[in-house]
Amino acid sequence: MKVLVPSQLRDYTGGKHLVEASGASLAALLAELDLRYPGIRFRVIDEQDSIRRHIKIFVNGKQARALDLALAERDEIVIVGALSGG
Amino acid sequence: MAPKSRRSRKRAPGGTAEPVMLFIGTRKGAFTLKSDARRRQWRIGGPHFLGQVVNHVVPDPRDRKTVLCAARAGHLGPTVFRSIDYGRTWREASRPPAFPKAAEGEKGLSVSHVFWLQPAHPSEAGVWYAGTSPQGLFRSEDGGDTWEGVAGFNAHPMRAQWVGGEQEAPPDGATLHSINVDPRDPQHLYIAMSLGGAFESTDGGRDWQPLNRGCAADFIPGPPPEYGQDVHCMRLHPLRPDRLYQQNHCGIYRMERPEGRWQRIGAAMPKRIGDIGFPLVLHPRDPDTAWVFPMDGGTVWPRVSVGGRPAVYVTRDAGKRWQRQDQGLPVRQAWWTVKRQSMCTDALDPVGVYFGTTSGEAWGSSTEGRRWVCLARHLPHIYSIEAGAIGG
Repeated sequence: MKVLVPSQLRDYTGGKHLVEASGASLAALLAELDLRYPGIRFRVIDEQDSIRRHIKIFVNGKQARALDLALAERDEIVIVGALSGG
Repeated sequence: MAPKSRRSRKRAPGGTAEPVMLFIGTRKGAFTLKSDARRRQWRIGGPHFLGQVVNHVVPDPRDRKTVLCAARAGHLGPTVFRSIDYGRTWREASRPPAFPKAAEGEKGLSVSHVFWLQPAHPSEAGVWYAGTSPQGLFRSEDGGDTWEGVAGFNAHPMRAQWVGGEQEAPPDGATLHSINVDPRDPQHLYIAMSLGGAFESTDGGRDWQPLNRGCAADFIPGPPPEYGQDVHCMRLHPLRPDRLYQQNHCGIYRMERPEGRWQRIGAAMPKRIGDIGFPLVLHPRDPDTAWVFPMDGGTVWPRVSVGGRPAVYVTRDAGKRWQRQDQGLPVRQAWWTVKRQSMCTDALDPVGVYFGTTSGEAWGSSTEGRRWVCLARHLPHIYSIEAGAIGG
């Protein structure tokens, strides 16, 4: 599936704003991304498996709140660096 | 193979001459300032990690190659970057400091930011400690690549009481800082917290004891508590490790071990200046000499230089008397201050003293504070400054 990567994380993806990844859940997808781009997961998800405060993840336009969300092959994932002050 | 030549150490009249590298952490990235051998010309380098909040950049005096950098971005979680070529190139830690995942149904802790980095004992090459917000202690045994929590502190049955609740935290979050290692014994550690107070471990971090006797906590009613103080910066003198100094929310203190009672040496500061501030640094060869940067801690705690006239104060007799050092600093309308990690010394003779300001200026003195020179302007808000020798 397609994953849109925000500018804040493109140091990890070698500048790519769109990457392909797979996984039966959001957790699995992020684990795969972390294998390919080491360190990317922890900057988005904290050690209690919560999505960080200023990061939002959308699946087919709907905001994901937890990592156990099931994913399908054609889902579109958008990771967004949300507002975080000056 | 011919032995690697060592750069000769030139001696200046009455002292040593050697280049110094300053590692500066700011609200918007990291910078370096590199001096010539006489510490007169300074060249700025960076930014590194532009836009990221850099709380601490610390060179390793044990190898003169490794530098660790504690960073987080506004959107992204905290991490540690590592350099093994003295800050030219960086790699991210493969396992940054993180608390354990909580059991199902329990609320676990999450590292907001890594606040303090500290090389461990000289006999423990590659070992580092990190202090975090909220208050956590972490250890790396591989030069900062992977980190494990020090369970003796992070999971101590008293930790929650020692650190208090989230509502009691200072504005930028509660932190664990001032990690000091006794040069005689790598198992003997000191830490300090805002909030929480000073603590000591004699068994490598497996257990901890409060070390706050005599230290005020005027934001809590009643007599000074056993813990819960607000230490801003605490330092052990490497040549006299039974002596500790601290700049506290409630004044400047000194402790002589093993007695273990804080004496308020800030009482000898001029009354119009007071003894509130954040940083405190020590002369590397004279345990009686310390520098502080007082700030306005009255009314609503403006956290600016007192009266808009910045000054460093030095004691040469372990706190009996203090002397103002403001030559070269702005004489009026300078409303900045200096954070707890934003003051340091080098190891040269005379000792260089440096500080970075909340208005983005780096100042230095190669005369032990007698005269100050602005080394850099227009940087972002400075969070930390550390000095290192150049070359290995």
